[in-house]
Amino acid sequence: MTASTAVGTAAIRTEGLSKRYGRDRLAVDGLDLIVPAGSVFGFLGPNGSGKTTTIRMLLGLIRPTGGSVTLLDGPMPGAVGRVLPRVGALIEGPAHYGFLTGRQNLDRLDAADPTSDPRTRDARVDEALAKVGLTAVAGRKARAYSLGMKQRLGIASALLRPRDLLVLDEPTNGLDPQGMREIRTLIRELAADGTTVFLSSHLLDEIEQVCTDVAVMSHGRLITQGTVESLRAGTRARLVVTTPDAEAAVVVLGRLGASDIVTTRDGVEADPAPLEPDEVCAALVRADVRVRSFTLARPSLEDAFVALTGEGFDVTD
Amino acid sequence: MSPTDALPKTGVLSPAFRYSADKEAFGSERPPRLRGLTRSELRLVFLRPRTAAMLGFLAFVPVMLGVALRYFHDGGSSGGGGGGGSMDFVNQVTGNGLFLVFASLAAALPFFLPMTVGVVAGDSIAGEAHAGTLRYLLVAPAGRTRLLLVKFAGVLAFCLAATLTVAVSALVVGAALFPMGDVPLLTGDTISMGEASWRALLIALCVAASLVGLAAIGLFVSTLTTVPVAAMATTVGVVIVTAILTGIPQLSAIHPWLFTDGWMSFGDLLRSPIPTDEIIRNLGVQTAYTAIFGAAAWARMTERDITT
Repeated sequence: MTASTAVGTAAIRTEGLSKRYGRDRLAVDGLDLIVPAGSVFGFLGPNGSGKTTTIRMLLGLIRPTGGSVTLLDGPMPGAVGRVLPRVGALIEGPAHYGFLTGRQNLDRLDAADPTSDPRTRDARVDEALAKVGLTAVAGRKARAYSLGMKQRLGIASALLRPRDLLVLDEPTNGLDPQGMREIRTLIRELAADGTTVFLSSHLLDEIEQVCTDVAVMSHGRLITQGTVESLRAGTRARLVVTTPDAEAAVVVLGRLGASDIVTTRDGVEADPAPLEPDEVCAALVRADVRVRSFTLARPSLEDAFVALTGEGFDVTD
Repeated sequence: MSPTDALPKTGVLSPAFRYSADKEAFGSERPPRLRGLTRSELRLVFLRPRTAAMLGFLAFVPVMLGVALRYFHDGGSSGGGGGGGSMDFVNQVTGNGLFLVFASLAAALPFFLPMTVGVVAGDSIAGEAHAGTLRYLLVAPAGRTRLLLVKFAGVLAFCLAATLTVAVSALVVGAALFPMGDVPLLTGDTISMGEASWRALLIALCVAASLVGLAAIGLFVSTLTTVPVAAMATTVGVVIVTAILTGIPQLSAIHPWLFTDGWMSFGDLLRSPIPTDEIIRNLGVQTAYTAIFGAAAWARMTERDITT
């Protein structure tokens, strides 16, 4: 593995992290998560897979029933006061005081941090508002903000100070396409400055675009973690042949040793497993199969995700 | 792209230390900064439209009382020679407007004031939890103990503001509707307007202090739930239950332990010399309630899982 995952340079490390609600509902079960410092880390999982509970345990909001969390260099929730000033967070959507203005909302959160200097508070608040493009409406009551503006205000509070770690739960939720692009650009910029970004999202193309590493949760367990590339490599490419001679193609592929051969409306699909694609193509042509197109479909992160967590649409429990 | 590409040039954990080294290292600063957050909390309490509505309502109590006494009172002939506690003041109001302050506080203390304090105290933590702002305060990180202290300070500020609202409104209405002048005390002596104003202020403080125990109960209830209305209703319910218990003579053994028992002791400030026993006992009861429910609120707050 690369240097960033070596011991001592993890921005987040959990060991056997568990949370049990009541007697038998295990929301998070023995999580061993390592978020390399400097990475943009995608945290994936279906609804109800324990992502939110995990994020809340990372930030000291929920006390684990087992295992440990190390955030930056401090144990959670013990080192909350020392570590959290260096962490910006957006958790399960923004929350504001509707009768306060955007600026007053940020002012309150900045005042809540006992290590922030009151003399530079106004400057910090203005800067954070500017970063998310809310300067023009800063004096308006938060109640009057649109969903996207509220989301921006939430992100602004995470950016009040230079952070070592940003924990962003669905940061582009409610944003228009331009807003999404802005946030992605912002995340890339922050990452380039050395901030570790822990990004929970169900928008897989978003994860694919900005993340270097991913972890996938399902049913309270960590199914896999690694680089985006390694996760994609986990699902094998699929051979897609368009041909009017599907039956002949099935015979040829079967003889060559391909597995999982399926006849489709306009051709054949198979898992080429041990075979080189050029050999397969040559063999098909030699057997007089009329090949109209021959593709090795590269799996998307979505395919990898579904392969890991299943197709089901039901909320897991 | 390997994760190494994104590694910070400055080393992994250093940016924050860099930050703490330049801006925050002026070591003379007291570690727990309460002032900024307390100011923010006061702004939160008093900018809330609901607070303005409640204070407006409290300011209306002396107006109702004053108008009733001025225009619908038969001149105190039915006084009946110093019957019971608070009503002593009422008959005096028509003779001296300053007595409207005492009469209004006596009228507002059993229910109106506790009701508004119950709303503010019950909402204090539960309201933040309900709105989701509690999680952002805690990851800021406000610190659970620090936040609880600041919240309690906010509720206490409201107790004082609510009491002063009643007192000031009563003073204005009293001056407008009734003659003002030297004040006859309950013991028969007479004191000057200036002296009486000081006593009125002391009485207001004494009434505000009487609400502290309830404020602590409300704060504790507020840490138990994420539904602010439930916390408010429970706190106001505590006041009602206490009033019922007070009304049952068979339970007189527990009466001295109720937080409402010494509430009317502020009347002693209108005697000369001032008998302080009841007042001090009331302050002691309020302190005890604050200690017990404050500790319970702290225990709950520091253990609670924040899931909203």
